[in-house]
Amino acid sequence: MPKDQPTLDLSPHVSDEVRKTTCYMCACRCGINVHMKEGPDGKQKVAYIEGNKDHPVNKGVLCAKGSAGIMQVNAPSRLKAPLKRVGPRGSGEFEEISWEEALTIATEWLAPIRAENPEKLAFFTGRDQSQSFTSFWAQHFGTPNYAAHGGFCSVNMAAAGIYTMGGAFWEFGQPDWDYTKLFMLFGVAEDHDSNPIKMGIGKIKKRGAKIIGVNPIRTGYNAVADEWVGITPGTDGLFILALVHELMKAGKIDLEYLAQYTNAPVLVDSETGLLMRDEAGKELVIDRNTGKLTPFDQKGVRPDLSATHRHAGVTHKPVFHLMAERYMSEEYAPEAVAEHCGISAERIRGIANEIARVAFEESFELDQEWTDFRGEKHKTMTGRPVSFHSMRGISAHSNGFQTCRSLHVLQILLGTVEVPGGFRFKPPYPKPATIHPKPHYGVTPGKPLDGPHLGFVHGPEDLALKPDGTAARIDKAFTWDNPMSAHGMMHMVISNAHAGDPYKIDTLFMYMANMAWNSSMNTRGVIDMLTDKDEATGEYVIPRIIYSDAYSSEMVAYADLILPDTTYLERHDCISLLDRPICEADAAADAIRWPVIEPDRDVRGFQSVLCELGARLDLPGFINEDGSQKYADYADYITNHIRKPGIGPLAGWRMGEKGLQNGRGDPNEAQLDAYIENGGFFVEHIPAGANYYKPWNMAYQEWAVGMGIIDKPEPYLFQLYVEPMRKFQRAAEGHGERQPPEHLRERVKKTMDPLPIWYAPFEDSAVDVNEYPVHALTQRPMAMYHSWGSQNAWLRQIHGHNPLYLPTNLMQKHGLKDEDWATVSSTHGSITVPVMEMAALNANTVWTWNAIGKRKGAWALEEDAPEVTKGFLLNHLIHELLPPKGDGLRWSNSDPITGQAAWFDLRVKIAKAATPPSESQPAFPPIKSPVGTGPKELKWQTKK
Amino acid sequence: MTTLPTSTQKKLGLVIDLDTCVGCHACVVSCKGWNTENYGAPLSDQDPYGGDPSGTFLNRVHSYEVQPDEGAAQLIHFPKSCLHCEDAPCVTVCPTGASYKRVEDGIVLVNEQDCIGCGLCAWACPYGAREMDASEKVMKKCTLCVDRIYNENLPEEDRQPACVRTCPSGARHFGDLADETSDVSILVAERGGFDLMPEMGTKPVNQYLPPRPKDTMEEFNILAPYLEPVAKDAGGFLGWLDKALDKLPGNSAGGAK
Amino acid sequence: MHPAPSIILFTTLSGLGFGLLAFLGINMPGSTGFIAFVFFAIAYVLAVGGLLFSTFHLGHPERALKAFSQWRSSWLSREGICAVAALIVMAIYGFGRVFMDQHWGLIGGIGAVLSLATVYTTSMIYAQLKTVPRWHMPLTSLLFMAFSLAGGALLAGQVQIALPLLIVAGIVQIAYWLLGDKRLAQSGSTLESATGLGHIGKVKAFEPPHTGTNYLMREFIHVVGRKHAQKLRIIALGLGFVIPVIALLLPFGHMLALVAVLSHVAGIFVSRWLFFAQAEHVVGLYYGKR
Repeated sequence: MPKDQPTLDLSPHVSDEVRKTTCYMCACRCGINVHMKEGPDGKQKVAYIEGNKDHPVNKGVLCAKGSAGIMQVNAPSRLKAPLKRVGPRGSGEFEEISWEEALTIATEWLAPIRAENPEKLAFFTGRDQSQSFTSFWAQHFGTPNYAAHGGFCSVNMAAAGIYTMGGAFWEFGQPDWDYTKLFMLFGVAEDHDSNPIKMGIGKIKKRGAKIIGVNPIRTGYNAVADEWVGITPGTDGLFILALVHELMKAGKIDLEYLAQYTNAPVLVDSETGLLMRDEAGKELVIDRNTGKLTPFDQKGVRPDLSATHRHAGVTHKPVFHLMAERYMSEEYAPEAVAEHCGISAERIRGIANEIARVAFEESFELDQEWTDFRGEKHKTMTGRPVSFHSMRGISAHSNGFQTCRSLHVLQILLGTVEVPGGFRFKPPYPKPATIHPKPHYGVTPGKPLDGPHLGFVHGPEDLALKPDGTAARIDKAFTWDNPMSAHGMMHMVISNAHAGDPYKIDTLFMYMANMAWNSSMNTRGVIDMLTDKDEATGEYVIPRIIYSDAYSSEMVAYADLILPDTTYLERHDCISLLDRPICEADAAADAIRWPVIEPDRDVRGFQSVLCELGARLDLPGFINEDGSQKYADYADYITNHIRKPGIGPLAGWRMGEKGLQNGRGDPNEAQLDAYIENGGFFVEHIPAGANYYKPWNMAYQEWAVGMGIIDKPEPYLFQLYVEPMRKFQRAAEGHGERQPPEHLRERVKKTMDPLPIWYAPFEDSAVDVNEYPVHALTQRPMAMYHSWGSQNAWLRQIHGHNPLYLPTNLMQKHGLKDEDWATVSSTHGSITVPVMEMAALNANTVWTWNAIGKRKGAWALEEDAPEVTKGFLLNHLIHELLPPKGDGLRWSNSDPITGQAAWFDLRVKIAKAATPPSESQPAFPPIKSPVGTGPKELKWQTKK
Repeated sequence: MTTLPTSTQKKLGLVIDLDTCVGCHACVVSCKGWNTENYGAPLSDQDPYGGDPSGTFLNRVHSYEVQPDEGAAQLIHFPKSCLHCEDAPCVTVCPTGASYKRVEDGIVLVNEQDCIGCGLCAWACPYGAREMDASEKVMKKCTLCVDRIYNENLPEEDRQPACVRTCPSGARHFGDLADETSDVSILVAERGGFDLMPEMGTKPVNQYLPPRPKDTMEEFNILAPYLEPVAKDAGGFLGWLDKALDKLPGNSAGGAK
Repeated sequence: MHPAPSIILFTTLSGLGFGLLAFLGINMPGSTGFIAFVFFAIAYVLAVGGLLFSTFHLGHPERALKAFSQWRSSWLSREGICAVAALIVMAIYGFGRVFMDQHWGLIGGIGAVLSLATVYTTSMIYAQLKTVPRWHMPLTSLLFMAFSLAGGALLAGQVQIALPLLIVAGIVQIAYWLLGDKRLAQSGSTLESATGLGHIGKVKAFEPPHTGTNYLMREFIHVVGRKHAQKLRIIALGLGFVIPVIALLLPFGHMLALVAVLSHVAGIFVSRWLFFAQAEHVVGLYYGKR
């Protein structure tokens, strides 16, 4: 080394200890290595966070949010102690109270409700990753009113996937990154499964595989896509069905696959539209070898896609005939859809051509034997290297369910689901709708609910309706308004409770859901509902609100009692196979969080609080026989809870007769230690030969039984034709005891089509599209998660405010230039915000980043924070209801099938703001921060 | 050590793939996390919860829109940190010798004890790779994680810059660009890696890989080669179907109608 | 570039100071005793004061001594060495003038050369920077030298020398502006070369890396409106050169001399503000700004 070059310590001390846990900076649940160093006070401090290389989800990588976790656990916005409201709701005036007082208040409020009418409690959890636990608590409380945030997130994708093929994307499955050669991505998808998708994109790009991005906005993954299809929002379904049209017309569909593994050959009773079944309820097909009717699953059966069945003078056709009749129609020809979709017919054909080429010309065989459920041995596995992914983008429309269905049907027609190079399920999926629970709503005062709240309906008889036909649930999930609302409808709870429709409630109990700000449509309206008082009594219309959150979110100000949660590094959690698992296509996996640091505040993990509150309320399941508290805390629950014999929250290191075993087994007191020892997770690989064709592969089915994922082999057919939808449609046609109310009859008839259809988003017919010609969208930046990023000193520097992006033509039309302000109006409201030009954008679409705008006084930010002055929410323009139709009814702004909030149906008009306001409009008065504001300078270093 | 070495034994640097970067900022924050804790003074943040938050970052991701003559505009994410130039003007302008280029591996570093915070090196850098820390008043820059890449306290697989280790899409590559046989050199050769602002004559070690051509898929008026119709309508389709089914393996010819 | 007051004060004042020292070194004016003391005092206040202002720009002025070490490559280091050498040599020379009534021609000559060398090294700190095309030309050094000499002559009361020097400096100033305005375009640095994406098409900055500001933006991105700049240029020319020249052409008077000096100094301040404020650093290209 030259003499004047300083000597460096090239091997400095990195950390005293690495504690491995699970990230919670968003919902991806990556494994993280938390490097600890001793601080000046002798306590171990978080020095650095990186991805865990052994972890199945992220394999070492970590996104911006994950790496910024250190700024989340030191955020000044962290709540410090239980709070009792002392000022009016919304003022932010609280006094700190003890946990004893907080739990006493909660018990005093909740015990009478449980004793008299449990439905008066609405318990909704937002970005909750412990739903199997929180729902268990709610079930034992006895209220029917429980759900998490899926209803305003991506239930359309999830439910459409479950009903169609037993799973959808993200937690349900993933593209086969190892073999796929063409990857097609629909809509904004950066916000879910983010690191695995990024890793996958990197992996396939390295191989030179092609990516087609279908999105009005060319950012993020669409920016790296080889082909960008800047589609008109809400028309994805139509585009997909045009692809189906072209592929069917060219015969570029996998007939073998359709015949063997789907209900395409199943005969449809031409009188009822229901599937023909034998006495045992098995779907009937015609065996092409014999020409005879036979249950689909018999050994040696070759289901015939073509043959019809004539009986008693009536011809019954197989599903595939109906599909041909529908999708071969010119209605779905590229020329017919091009203008709607904003994609030329030539381009649509080009894309269909490429899909056909890759699926059928680049197909390949894996030399791997497997045996299907009919007992037939296959020498190889056939690869169809075309894969798809989509999440919220196509879900959050009022035609989202059918659009998601279309996408799943397209994959199935190509024979690319669960085959090499295509889409692959992750355990515990595939899992058909039929083996999921049905919704339960049977309320008995003082007793648990009669079963789990959420599930899958299979016909009108499963709807959650009271004897008088009114909704059993406060959110009106599982009613004729939205029969298949599998995740509940959190976004309707406050609105319905305020309106007393279907009934009034007494206490609203929420967790991690910023309903008074970015998690609600119609933010101003929701704030008013939360603060509205009954004129007669002077009481709040929603009398009591209990809220748990770790941070000083906008919602805190609107609650009466605050139960402060811990941050993610201070708590136990389990990412359970019973819940929203983290498995891979080749493996079952689950994980934990554990307190790698101790809270320095008087806060408690919410789940631990529920363990104690459950005991105080004498909830069965939370007390021992002697009435004492059953689970000391959440860790105790995770270890010792038994959902059914041999099955608990965690699948790894359970106690068997001969020692530790995985999947099934008794509780193991040292289970959490075993997880910690293993890096915070457990993974069990699927044996070779069992890892494709999972729904029909007996080796997989048997493996899944062994793991406790299913109780017996459950092979099934993919449901191109979803019979339960036909049952609802049939009811609307006037059959059966339960029929939709008159005002919904036509809509149910039209939208509950058992084969995918496309109809224009409801907002298009509810508003004058000439007056409101522009589509307005939001997407979540990859470096932020909902509202959480703004309290993070590092992340908020990246996205401190959010311009409204306008395409070049609209900028010119309205005489706008960058940093001008524009007023954007919908039928519901208007906002005045800064604008920026973006060329790579659909010519009729504007968009902004989601949830950057903040309320003054929230999140421990100062009142002049750019999130407040220049940031904004598009939520002010979106109502939870459609504009009144003059019939006196409240029509929700959501998908008519699942109730999914139709965030992306929004139509707006734009005008230049003559005089720019001093801050984004509407501006709200400040709320008093219960935690003050943060320091003026940060220098984060733990090294001494 | 203000004069530059005439040559360095290695040229360690980054290769950044603009075709793959999705603009997630993972590298930005991972860099901030590692480097606030490690080499030299912490990377401070001013007004972190206030009206004008601003902090020291050694790596930032820009984004650009590029409008081709024909077709849709493209969006390209563009991470940028110190390029560890062979002819680093930031080094030679330094009056104190605090800035130097390591002879062993070509990494450009600032010895913070010698930095007077004059800022001239930042002026001399065309890339905006150097940022004066507002609290410590010394120049901060990418160290290529010199305290990671040789660090015997880290497992061998982790001895790479924090930004590379964390990059989810694998758009960042680290290696010796002096070695023509290294993975990074091969990538640069195969993909046509390029210098930023070559006209500055700085000879950056870091290389950028261009985005692959976009929106090149063929469009078809009628006759797409793989979409030749088997039928015009549903009726014709069912006729085709029957024949096609006969050809499937396992079917007895001329199956039932 | 951010027009930092410390740097504007430094370059303006020290330029004048070293210009005056250069004239004093070659015996102009040839005064001694108290008068010489006043001249030297003014020169040292300006030169040393300017240097002191420059330390305000430093993050760690307490380490300033380290800056003398890198004369082999660093113009800033050379400037420091030159400045100290000039000040020491001129102090010896000045001691002779003030207290010993002596004109040590060789020492004065060396001091004068060192003083001008100091101004030249200062100019090279800017002129060497390829990153600021407006500065990266020989005219930058000429500008600094011309200002320093004209100002020095003016302060030294050398009317006959000051007059042509002021006119020359004014012409250099105009040439600097006219040529400088084209420099960024001539440099070949564009957003396309900065990003290497020009082969695809026209490049436009979209989202900045961070929505907030940062050191680079504060330091390198400063936009002066065209009209505003034109006004300031006229003011700089008028104050810096036109008014002093007129004042010097009028029959001599102390008040007029004072007007000439003050006007010139004010003009140089304005010119120097523009020198920084209008200088485009190529980093701005990455931010879509200049």
